Amino acid sequence: MKLFIIGFLSGIIGGMGIGGGTILIPSLTIFANIEQHMAQSVNLLSFIPTASIALLYHLKQRNIVLNIILNIILSGLIGSFIGSYISIYINSYILKKLFAVFLFIMGIYEIISKQKIGEKQNEKIQNKKNH
Amino acid sequence: MNKQIKLMLIGFMTGLLNGLFGAGGGTIIVPFMVFLLGIEDHKAHATAISIILPLTIFSSIIYIKSGIFNLPITLNVTLGSVVGGLLGASILNKVPIKYLRKIFGIIMIAASIRILFTK
Repeated sequence: MKLFIIGFLSGIIGGMGIGGGTILIPSLTIFANIEQHMAQSVNLLSFIPTASIALLYHLKQRNIVLNIILNIILSGLIGSFIGSYISIYINSYILKKLFAVFLFIMGIYEIISKQKIGEKQNEKIQNKKNH
Repeated sequence: MNKQIKLMLIGFMTGLLNGLFGAGGGTIIVPFMVFLLGIEDHKAHATAISIILPLTIFSSIIYIKSGIFNLPITLNVTLGSVVGGLLGASILNKVPIKYLRKIFGIIMIAASIRILFTK
């Protein structure tokens, strides 16, 4: 039940477009005492169903800029391969500390971020078009 | 910089960090797309999912093949996150995201400090 609630709360945050996974991992290590690697594995896997639903929705709405994604995905897969193997071979204690530094930077980013998602973004776009 | 090289670098960095920390790919790639490529915010978010999903599936396979996998924990959390995700997306335009973003930023910083200073 505890795990469900942690997933639920971070799911809400993720659904609003604020990095849900970045919150899920420390919640799992701090409140559910789950090891860092395992928490990362859980986060990666739990992202797949929700993201698949969101992807289908956005494909239908034609929100996806298709002409740039192939190059990003191809190089991204190489990065993912290297990143995942580095992660697996790093000791859990060190990975946790590295993750904390990453989390700190992400936290700063969320505070200074000027993204307008969910803040009447359409109105803004409309204003630009009118001017 | 050549646009193709830019795209490749963005993808590589995003995949690397997403694989290393098992999270954060979307948060990293959205500002890249908005500021470096000039894509509108809502399209950048949608496009980010189409990029992060295959990268996440690929990283997941590597984690599972290396034995880092626990089915009961994953199922419980995933169930919660699917329900929460749908709820979050449906209230997206009804909550003050600007302030929530800052609040979660503070929570993330607090959590990071806690992790850094505990054994």
